[in-house]
Amino acid sequence: MIPATLQANPELDRWVRFDTVGLARVAFGKVEYGQGTLTALAQIAAEELDLPLSMIEVVNAATGAVPDEGMTVGSMSVESSGASVRAACAEVRALFVAKAAERLDCPPEEIDIRDGVLLVNGLPCGEDYWTLAPQVDLVRPATGQARWKSPDQHRIVGSSQPRLDLPAKLFGEAFLHDIRLPGMVHARVLRQPGPKARLAELDEAAVRAAAGGEVEILREGAFVAFIALREQVAARALAAAEAHAVWEDARDLSPALTEPASLKTLPHTDHPAGAEPAEGSNRRRHAATYGKPYIAHGSMGPSCGLAQFKDGKLTVWTHGQGVYPLRQMLVRISGLDPERIEVIHAQGPGCYGHNGADDAAVDAAVIALRRPGAPVRAQWRREDEFGWSPVGAAMHIELAAELDPSGRLVDYTAEIWSGPHVGRGRSLAELALPKDPDAPPPPPPPQPPPGAPRFSGGILNAIPSYDIPASRTLEHLVVPTPVRTSSLRGLGGPVNTFVGESFIDELAEIAGQDPLAYRLSMIVDPRGRAVVETVARMADWSRRWSPGAGRGLGLAYDRHRDRAGYCAAVAEVEVEAEVKLVKLWCCADAGLIVNPDGARNQIEGGMIMAASWVLKEQVRLGGAGIATTTWDDYPILRFSEVPPVEIELINTKDPRPFGIGELSQGPAMGAISNAVAHALGTRVRELPFTREKIAQALLA
Amino acid sequence: MRRTIELILNSETRAVEAEETAPLLDVLRNDLGVSGARYGCGLGQCGACAVLVDGKEEAACLLPLEAVEGKAVLTSEGLGTPEHPHPLQAAFLELQAGQCGYCLSGILIGAKALLDRNPDPSREEIAQALDWHLCRCGVHNRVMDAIVLAARRMREGAAA
Repeated sequence: MIPATLQANPELDRWVRFDTVGLARVAFGKVEYGQGTLTALAQIAAEELDLPLSMIEVVNAATGAVPDEGMTVGSMSVESSGASVRAACAEVRALFVAKAAERLDCPPEEIDIRDGVLLVNGLPCGEDYWTLAPQVDLVRPATGQARWKSPDQHRIVGSSQPRLDLPAKLFGEAFLHDIRLPGMVHARVLRQPGPKARLAELDEAAVRAAAGGEVEILREGAFVAFIALREQVAARALAAAEAHAVWEDARDLSPALTEPASLKTLPHTDHPAGAEPAEGSNRRRHAATYGKPYIAHGSMGPSCGLAQFKDGKLTVWTHGQGVYPLRQMLVRISGLDPERIEVIHAQGPGCYGHNGADDAAVDAAVIALRRPGAPVRAQWRREDEFGWSPVGAAMHIELAAELDPSGRLVDYTAEIWSGPHVGRGRSLAELALPKDPDAPPPPPPPQPPPGAPRFSGGILNAIPSYDIPASRTLEHLVVPTPVRTSSLRGLGGPVNTFVGESFIDELAEIAGQDPLAYRLSMIVDPRGRAVVETVARMADWSRRWSPGAGRGLGLAYDRHRDRAGYCAAVAEVEVEAEVKLVKLWCCADAGLIVNPDGARNQIEGGMIMAASWVLKEQVRLGGAGIATTTWDDYPILRFSEVPPVEIELINTKDPRPFGIGELSQGPAMGAISNAVAHALGTRVRELPFTREKIAQALLA
Repeated sequence: MRRTIELILNSETRAVEAEETAPLLDVLRNDLGVSGARYGCGLGQCGACAVLVDGKEEAACLLPLEAVEGKAVLTSEGLGTPEHPHPLQAAFLELQAGQCGYCLSGILIGAKALLDRNPDPSREEIAQALDWHLCRCGVHNRVMDAIVLAARRMREGAAA
């Protein structure tokens, strides 16, 4: 079977080329944003081509230069793109082996490849990839016939390799933000306070005076940009404009919308799934309500976009998650043919999902299209990134369970109110520009055919990963949300695991069982059992003490996205006025691990981000939108608050790699929640677990 | 006021014509061609723009250019090069202490300032010294391990 993205981009030369002696140029459509994708995919290519990693040259993602593999999302690059790279490289290798066999008149089975050199019965035959390349036509569709290596043959896949992108980041210029093009102008964009707001008045003279230098004001509808040769001039113009702009119909949100429970008061559509409740007798019912606020991506660098419109061709540099999807959006905005638009990826700060990157790229493109010639750099400020990039959806979750007389969980219902976790709609600039009366309406978002399963990020892991005889979800999808929501690392999955695993602990207590034993009694899958048993041993679970002692030990487990990697975590905490993390443990089975050190880095980073979500983070709404616009308003976990983390990876014989990037957050959140409940002897059910929430729980 | 200001940037005397109140960060990035100090918040809250000014760690986004007139300014470019990395850069690479890397050059500067005044810091002292530096990817433990490793090597190098 040909992997999906290879099927969509079947010509082998789009994936692998041997243009330069000593190097294989490998191209794929996924991008690096610090998660290690580039290195892992290069390892897979090196493995299948029998080349050292140093002989792999990864092509920078740009439209036309790399295969179209859509977005880099969902912790699935190694799973999906990896499968295509593996199949393409294995087939390319087989074509070279066949060509050598034909030339040397020997059976292909006698030919091997080492470091790019073809060997016959172990000895160099005088040919390598580069001598043979002129005779092997790679402009041909993949057939999917070549066999790739089995894990026992791996030499590079499965070994820890240093990240290819890291050195540049330690020595200076590394990011899109660092690109300085000749003649480049700096732009700042005044944001429209809500999608319906109209700019009634702007004192341009006052703005020019405050700018303290030559500034160009671009104004169309509610889209206003300030362009200057010196960045500071554009920045001062924007600051002045914010003070002088008079808006009509600006959004005015009630701060009460900050609370997850407010989702129940907003319009929503209902999407039930799962089994009808079964009749049963002598059952004990338990219900609880949990909440998680809107959270921010919190990229360390505010988004930046770079664009140039010259000779009828638009070039856009972006640190977004996909060059082809952005090009599609730019086609819609500019009316240009796709062939006239090139989108080039450049590294950016970690985004963890849909942050402001696409919007900033569109800002730059919209400005560049209106003033051909000079490259335009649109830099967002910290307050723009916090205030105007999409946020992770708030969720209000009501759970109900039934236990049989032995305490076994027999029926489970998760009712979820949430905004969308996937929402690549119109960019901010598009919403602000005047509507073109002749423009066709935007295509409606693709709907699954009737009867087909519907993807919703809100119900991932909504049913805990146990053998539960009957379960169901009822999703109340809130649209529109008060502010834009879109993908953030794991979508609803980690939140659902936090909630479900907290609730499982509540049920264990009702059943009078130890949380570890209770979980193990409901896991049949040996891989699931293995991660839970291992993490319990790592954290010495048997030492667990009585609840309410101010110190707590908590456990949680899930199978990522209900179908991928297995992960279990334990947290130890101390709670006085606030929560102190003592230590975190994690055991994961993600199938075939391509880069073990990279996997550990991702798993640990995911746990620390999850800890930050649980203990600290909450986007507050109010006024025109988001009220938390600085790091003072939106604290995240700091060096002095980060606990030691211990990780074990279980190496299974499963040849499939599962995603790593989103694997650990859910179990880490659940483990911390359960540890806090154990320490307090009472449960906090709404994030974040701040000093105030702890005090409320203790007083309740 | 716009005038020519001299400073010693990464051991090299440089003159730049700019507004004397311009944020040092903007001048470094837009006029002096160094990228190691990064724009993160503009409010001195995140540490991404940290530089050393005469050996003292400062947020370049808050510092007016005139405040560094005649002074020595160090960015991560001045620490070392890929060919001759500073022990901190070498240790960060060896332990793969980074993910997206946006915070790293500021953290390297903070670590340099710490090791200059305390060549053998404990993990708690490292955490305290770096506490204003934010990292979103969660590489804090690797960063602290790398600083411990670099400090040990630097002490051994000094003793040898």
